Amino acid sequence: MKKFKWSNLYLLFVFIFLYIPIAYLIVYSFSAGNSMSGFTGFSLKHFYTLFSDTRLIIILLNTFMLAFLSSLIATLIGIFGAMNIYYMKKRTTRMMMLSANNILMVSPDVIIGASFLIFFTGLGSLFPGFGLGFTTVLLSHIAFSIPIVVLMVLPKLREMNDSMVWAAYDLGANNWQILNRIILPYLTPGIIAGYFMAFTYSLDDFAVTFFVTGNGFTTLSVEIYSRARQGISLEINALSALVFLFSLILVVGYYFISKDNMPRKNKKERKSLNR
Amino acid sequence: MKKVQTLFAIPYFLWLLLFVFAPVALIVFYSFLNTSGQFTLQNYDSYFTSGKYLIMTFNSVWYAFLITLITLIISYPTAYFLTKLKHKDLWLLLIILPTWINLLLKAYAFIGIFGIHGGVNKFLEFFGFAPHQILFTDFSFIVVAMYIELPFMIIPIFNALEELNPSLLSASHDLGANNIQTFIKVVLPLSMNGVKSGIQAVFIPSLSLFMLTRLIGGNRVITLGTAIEEHFLVTQNWGMGSTIGVVLIIAMIIVMILTGEKKKRGGQ
Repeated sequence: MKKFKWSNLYLLFVFIFLYIPIAYLIVYSFSAGNSMSGFTGFSLKHFYTLFSDTRLIIILLNTFMLAFLSSLIATLIGIFGAMNIYYMKKRTTRMMMLSANNILMVSPDVIIGASFLIFFTGLGSLFPGFGLGFTTVLLSHIAFSIPIVVLMVLPKLREMNDSMVWAAYDLGANNWQILNRIILPYLTPGIIAGYFMAFTYSLDDFAVTFFVTGNGFTTLSVEIYSRARQGISLEINALSALVFLFSLILVVGYYFISKDNMPRKNKKERKSLNR
Repeated sequence: MKKVQTLFAIPYFLWLLLFVFAPVALIVFYSFLNTSGQFTLQNYDSYFTSGKYLIMTFNSVWYAFLITLITLIISYPTAYFLTKLKHKDLWLLLIILPTWINLLLKAYAFIGIFGIHGGVNKFLEFFGFAPHQILFTDFSFIVVAMYIELPFMIIPIFNALEELNPSLLSASHDLGANNIQTFIKVVLPLSMNGVKSGIQAVFIPSLSLFMLTRLIGGNRVITLGTAIEEHFLVTQNWGMGSTIGVVLIIAMIIVMILTGEKKKRGGQ
């Protein structure tokens, strides 16, 4: 019994360590002072400055729009990519496609950012008028989100019973109907999970955006970076309090989605373990 | 069906070509160019002979190694104890939650905590110690990097431990092994795959966290990532930057090979 308690104490320390910086940020967002050294009375003034800072609000909206668009396009491309990988006949080509798909998942951000920068500048010298800015950031975000969507959709495809597709064929369904009525509905949980992941990847990204964004377009991460380099402003704390609240909602949402998305086999195993 | 599928997959193949293969090829190509765009081996020559770059690479690998080691030492017991808890899904969610908060915000929090009048120094003062310069040291860089990577180590180890068949533990006990023997001979070897993917998920990013070296390390710590960012965005020497990029890619491949899952011998 004693050993059990020690392990809980250890876990407690780990959780405290994980949450202290976040708590620190949020607590100081309510401070009346202007620095993160010493709490000087409760105040909401940093939230007021945050909401009246139009530049930051526009950047926030830009970031969300970027995440929304890039994950939507990445999901569309990723679904068909996953289907194509799944229906490949040769096992070796399938494995090769899958590893090619995963290259961007394992590459360090800096490499992705630097190589995309070379690529976009090359495009810019070919097509005058194509410069760094929103388009390049959007393209990069789509690019690094596609493999995540593929990885989320593939397990659902593997789980799908192919005879359903054959049955639909026999009953006279055309390709479009099969895709629309059989395959896509079955894949929906995987697609939603993929979209969700792509969305958060896009919101979170700093390094790639930092490389490929020009002077005109800024996302939240880049803005926080440049402000943090200048020093502490409690407006950022207020922002992080809101971000934390939002992440909490997202995590809870994702938790329920991924619960539905868990492979059947796994669910059974869990149940048998609990017994 | 086949035709339609290929048609719809065209964007995916375009993506593979333009955003996966082309950028890697471009970075390799650029590593052979000097600042005026001529084809040369100069970059590799200065990488290997000037000493500066080799020391930087060694430092970067050393920091990444330290970060990975400390994270692993903290994470393994955490993951192990987590599997023993009642509502483990919920607790795991609490481990995952900090990863959904923007990395820059977390780094920013540490600027406050480690500052000369920040939380840690207040704490030290309370016990009668004089305030220290904590921010902009190697120590602060390692702590913050560790903080950021911690969940990425805990999650794969937790998953590996969860997959472990409990009847193996009973079998081990039935055969007369005590708790420690069971842990060393059964639990540890069977969770190695989780440890390996954890190392993969921590070591590679640790080589390239340039924003942390700037914000927390105060340019004292130069990682491969910092050097690449510097060459690309500050000094505009893309050739040298690409050369370091190629080194980073090679380092990544080595780590992947070392930690890759070995094929299971025998049938199962």
